[in-house]
Amino acid sequence: MIGAIAFYVFALAAVAAGFMVIAARNPVHSVLFLISAFISVAGLFVLMGAEYLAMLLIVVYVGAVAVLFLFVVMMLDVDFVEMKQGFLQYMPIGFALAALVVIELITVLAFWAFPDEATLARAHPVPTAAETVADPNGPTNIEAIGLVLYTDYVHYFQIAGMVLLIAMIGAIVLTFRMREGIKKQDPAAQVARGKDVELVDIGSGQGLS
Amino acid sequence: MGIFETLTFTLPELALAIGSMALLITGVLLGDKSTPQISYGCVGLLIIALVLTIAGPAPQNPSIFDGAFQIDAFATFAKVIIFAAAAIAILMSHNFVEGEHGRHFEYPVLIVLAAFGMSLMVSASDLISLYMGVETQSLALYILASFNRDSRRSTEAGLKYFVLGALSSGLLLYGASLVYGFSGSTSFEEIARVAAAEEDNVGLIIGLVFLISGLAFKISAAPFHMWTPDVYEGAPTPVTAFFAAAPKLAGMALFARALTVSFPGVLQDWQPVVAMIAIASMVVGAFSAIAQTNIKRLMAYSSIGHMGYALVGLAAGTAQGVSAVLIYMSIYVAMTIGAFACILMMRRRGGMTESIEDLSGLTKTNMPLAVILTVLLFSLAGVPPLAGFFGKWYVFLAAVQADLVWLAVIGVLASAVSAFYYLRIVWFMWFDEPAPAFERDAGPSLRFAAWGSALLMFPVLTVFIGSLRQVAENAAAALF
Repeated sequence: MIGAIAFYVFALAAVAAGFMVIAARNPVHSVLFLISAFISVAGLFVLMGAEYLAMLLIVVYVGAVAVLFLFVVMMLDVDFVEMKQGFLQYMPIGFALAALVVIELITVLAFWAFPDEATLARAHPVPTAAETVADPNGPTNIEAIGLVLYTDYVHYFQIAGMVLLIAMIGAIVLTFRMREGIKKQDPAAQVARGKDVELVDIGSGQGLS
Repeated sequence: MGIFETLTFTLPELALAIGSMALLITGVLLGDKSTPQISYGCVGLLIIALVLTIAGPAPQNPSIFDGAFQIDAFATFAKVIIFAAAAIAILMSHNFVEGEHGRHFEYPVLIVLAAFGMSLMVSASDLISLYMGVETQSLALYILASFNRDSRRSTEAGLKYFVLGALSSGLLLYGASLVYGFSGSTSFEEIARVAAAEEDNVGLIIGLVFLISGLAFKISAAPFHMWTPDVYEGAPTPVTAFFAAAPKLAGMALFARALTVSFPGVLQDWQPVVAMIAIASMVVGAFSAIAQTNIKRLMAYSSIGHMGYALVGLAAGTAQGVSAVLIYMSIYVAMTIGAFACILMMRRRGGMTESIEDLSGLTKTNMPLAVILTVLLFSLAGVPPLAGFFGKWYVFLAAVQADLVWLAVIGVLASAVSAFYYLRIVWFMWFDEPAPAFERDAGPSLRFAAWGSALLMFPVLTVFIGSLRQVAENAAAALF
């Protein structure tokens, strides 16, 4: 009972916050609503027993991504009034597209059927590591992810690493500029000065004479 | 099978990944002045990967990593062409890398990383590895498009490509999640089993349509082609030469594998969709190119059209159709590299020129270049007995034998229209008043690429088209 109430509260909050993200006039408010949508979804994850994912969502998305968004939105200073100039002009085509997608979604939902046992068995003829850890008496969330991340999904994990490497190269190539004429310390050059430098052994309490 | 044994089957990808990181570190230590050496290192790396692809160990069971990665004749065929095209693209960038705008050692490394992503794409046999391969490749390509970061047009091209690419990735993921939801698996083979078992699985079909839209964007097929002319025009020309060749083949190979392996049972559902995309691409490619004055934009529309012809073969949905796609795409890659080598040779004292008028009277100022370009344009138009004709011939033949005569007829009509603008350039070159001459010191790699490509079109491939066909049929058989 309390679980059902919590589910509806979080679900409604998520949908309402999601709607406000696109409805809010001020972009900073949009980002704040985005954060509350993330938190509601994190609550839903907790209800599903995926507490690790919930914490990840809060730490990564709320803690890092959304704050970054907030900074970007506040710093960019985009003129949103000017951006909305062509809005009315494009509204009919926008509505037509929206109607199309809604019809598609209704068609999909009308035909939605959870695959029966036979279909599931066909789809997974051999139980994978993911299924063996889905057992309620089995390992916890983090253990479960650890078990499959480096076994069943090692291929994807490695590719994800390469994608991040490429993104990093891109950020450096496109923004890094070597500035001319800046003064920075070069220890090697300092040490190599050689005979200009005299080493003096001073006894304690005597000072330089 | 242990992890180390599994890894021996992915030697080409491992070589590319580890080698590119090693070259990256070398570049950071030596600085931008080492760019030419890093370039040669990258070319060497791609050649090593190519040799490993052909000669490396083949597993008993072609699918490894729990069905995420497929090593079969089809993937090998595509990878050989991708690695070769990427190596030639790096060599052709010689002047760009030496110039002030491209003098960054990351440039060749990014091309290697893009080739790495493409080789993941052509081997992908799971929705997750499909998406990750596409993203690896696309991310490297976005950076390359805006590589000339001080140029307004280059950054605009990169940004446009990135935003629209992200949108198409969204479509792809939406489709993939629907397909997963209605089939219960991300693996191509399991999806095929569920799709064949259940009649009228509407959710699966809608997911499939979104999947097709996302993939069509990646190969720039109409109506998802809008980004192509702007990106091709804005990106630095050597980058455009790379864009137009290898990624197209990789995208088409991925398209063919995704459709024929995971949805063979619902051919009647996706055949009209692919046929419509093919017709739209052929028509857009044929009619929009007529009014172009910039040769890079013209090549963009030409590549849209060529994607349409290749999709005709895919629409057939048979092993013969897929082998025709492979033949068409390999000939297309060779032609495109040659054509861009010629465009890169259009240099005057002030820099590169991109206007078609600059080619006027080329026979009087630079006969060898005019002859090469004429051969390549005739081949692009599909005039017999050049190789481009055979590509179209096999594609249309496959369509006719799959009872798609109307599609083949539309294809022939579109290629007749497109012949007009290719031959118009030939007319300019041979019968117009000469424009000022181009500089002659093009460098050996550009000359090699242009001559090699022209000689492949005629007479080499005209003679050896039978062997190419045999290899392609062998590769296509791996999917059925």
